[in-house]
Amino acid sequence: MTAAPQPLQPPVQPTAHASRGPARPPLDGRKAMIECRGVQKYYGDYHALRGIDLTIREGEFFSLLGPSGCGKTTLLRTIAGFEGIDGGVVLVDGRDMANVPANVRPTNMVFQSYAIFPHLTVAENVGFGLRRDPRSRAEKAAAVEDALGMVGLKGYGGRAAHALSGGQRQRVALARALILKPKVLLLDEPLSALDRKMREQMQVELIKLQRQVGITFVLVTHDQEEALVMSDRIAVMFEGEIAQLDGPEALYARPASRRVADFIGVMNFTPARIMGGGADHVTVAVPGFGTVDIPAANVSRADRGDAGPSIGFRPEAATLLPAGAEAPGRVTEGVIDEVVYYGDMTYYDVIMDGSDAYDGVPHEVRISMRNVFGREVPDVGTRVRVSWSPGSLVLFR
Amino acid sequence: MNRLQGSGLRVYTLIYLAFLYAPIVLLPIFAFNNATVIAFPLQGFTTNWFVQMAENPTLRQALLNSLLIAVSASVLATCLGIFAARASTRFDFRGKGPVMGLIMLPLVLPEIIVAVSLLVVLLAAGVGLSIFTVILGHTLICMPYAVAILSTAFSSLDKSLEEAAYDLGETKWSAFRLVILPLVMPGIVSALLMSFTISLDEFIIAFFLAGNQPTLPTYIFSQLRFPKSIPMIMALGTLLVLMSIVLLTLAEHFRRRGVARTGQTDTGGFI
Repeated sequence: MTAAPQPLQPPVQPTAHASRGPARPPLDGRKAMIECRGVQKYYGDYHALRGIDLTIREGEFFSLLGPSGCGKTTLLRTIAGFEGIDGGVVLVDGRDMANVPANVRPTNMVFQSYAIFPHLTVAENVGFGLRRDPRSRAEKAAAVEDALGMVGLKGYGGRAAHALSGGQRQRVALARALILKPKVLLLDEPLSALDRKMREQMQVELIKLQRQVGITFVLVTHDQEEALVMSDRIAVMFEGEIAQLDGPEALYARPASRRVADFIGVMNFTPARIMGGGADHVTVAVPGFGTVDIPAANVSRADRGDAGPSIGFRPEAATLLPAGAEAPGRVTEGVIDEVVYYGDMTYYDVIMDGSDAYDGVPHEVRISMRNVFGREVPDVGTRVRVSWSPGSLVLFR
Repeated sequence: MNRLQGSGLRVYTLIYLAFLYAPIVLLPIFAFNNATVIAFPLQGFTTNWFVQMAENPTLRQALLNSLLIAVSASVLATCLGIFAARASTRFDFRGKGPVMGLIMLPLVLPEIIVAVSLLVVLLAAGVGLSIFTVILGHTLICMPYAVAILSTAFSSLDKSLEEAAYDLGETKWSAFRLVILPLVMPGIVSALLMSFTISLDEFIIAFFLAGNQPTLPTYIFSQLRFPKSIPMIMALGTLLVLMSIVLLTLAEHFRRRGVARTGQTDTGGFI
């Protein structure tokens, strides 16, 4: 509607992901371990992979994230060699995998169901891949014991595999795959069958294990939290395409499209009007927020089907101010419409004054606040002042 | 609680069970009865009928024929059943539904129709009637049972077990041999025993296709015309019942061991 300037900068580029913690050597400059170029896959008329391009580096913890049916598992299975491709190239460690069957690829897989052989013992499961290994029986047994030790199952070798718990099966599946020292470990929703506590524990263990063995991990998951916790980089997939490929922080703070923003974590969306802009910002009018200059780096694209431009911000990007307090950035007022108490934090749904200016419908924004001992949780109907800064808003246009 | 007492259902149950098993209880009683007439009161104890049975060359021949037919037919039906069950549970192919339907069809076809048509076709093709033709006929009627048992065994397997073995460096064949085969083994044993039992007491097809070769059921039928050989048939029946019990116990034992070894929940099985 208004003469808005063209996007000043293309959507966020894949950025080099900073190392997390001192133990982590930077991944920049490492060689490519997996390369997919224009990978196409059809199931009959169904176009499962629509030209996938990505490069995964040696030693990287990489996640394929997306809702069910987005093609993430199909992509993992094409890398493993369980599915052929109908176009493009898959290279592992620089070698074209076109005519390399799964049983000789330098990749190993941890299956969603773990696929533990129920008729074998734990040690027989872990040593299964060593059957064709020329080493002596004693050497193989030592290798099995090492692998079990690595996943915290030392001394479990003689147990029947079917008698293990879910978490233990997971560990056996990991040891069974890692004992072959693959160049790439592929993990297909490995934590989805575990309960929440176990899942969180295994997330941390998987990160540690990956740093210890140093090989490339490719994880498929539909759980955005899991991907954010574990990955160096994440490819978000929708309908057979990569929507964004980025590190966790960039993905969370600067989603490339509204759909990605909606899939990763919680984000508030409010309709906006574009008023103009400059070299480094776009000026928008947002009901309830007033006129805001959005930094060019925070401009992303809207998706097909979106009604028009909108701004988004994370619940933790705004704060409810105590009475009389001053704050940097901007302050607007509103009324608390709903309070959802979670123990360690509380979600407040706030209706900002004037948020119904465009469409006559008041728009709520969800704001999260960490609970502080002794501070009262404001009740529904309380008038509050909300502090926020233009830099934490993302514009989808 | 479900108490049958005083409801009349208890009486019904007793009558039902008596009808099922009383005739079988009579077998050993008259097999050891020292009289050629099958009637009460009992005369005295004898093992003569068993001796007579053991010395009867035609009966021995019939027994050998039946065992040869039953073993061959059950092995054939089970092997072919493994192929069919594996194909139908693991792969999608054109015409899968009709093909599987045709394999299962002998289950509901009147056996006498199958026997007569087989006879006509075999004679037209110039194949002489023998034990071999009975084996073919029995394989045909045992197949549906074998396929039904084996399909259940194959379809309860997680597809990723096989993929995991392949991923760990095995070939498609060795993955099947090392992982799938041991896990469906209880189903294979079940299919073998089921086919063996069906073949052993099958009468109509054996009657039409055996030519002049006797099998146990056709021999027993032929002897019913001679009242004096009926006690011997009773003795034979006693042995057959005993053998069935032993076989079924074995089958159940193997099935339970298989279930325990793979940690599945016991869903009852066939026996």
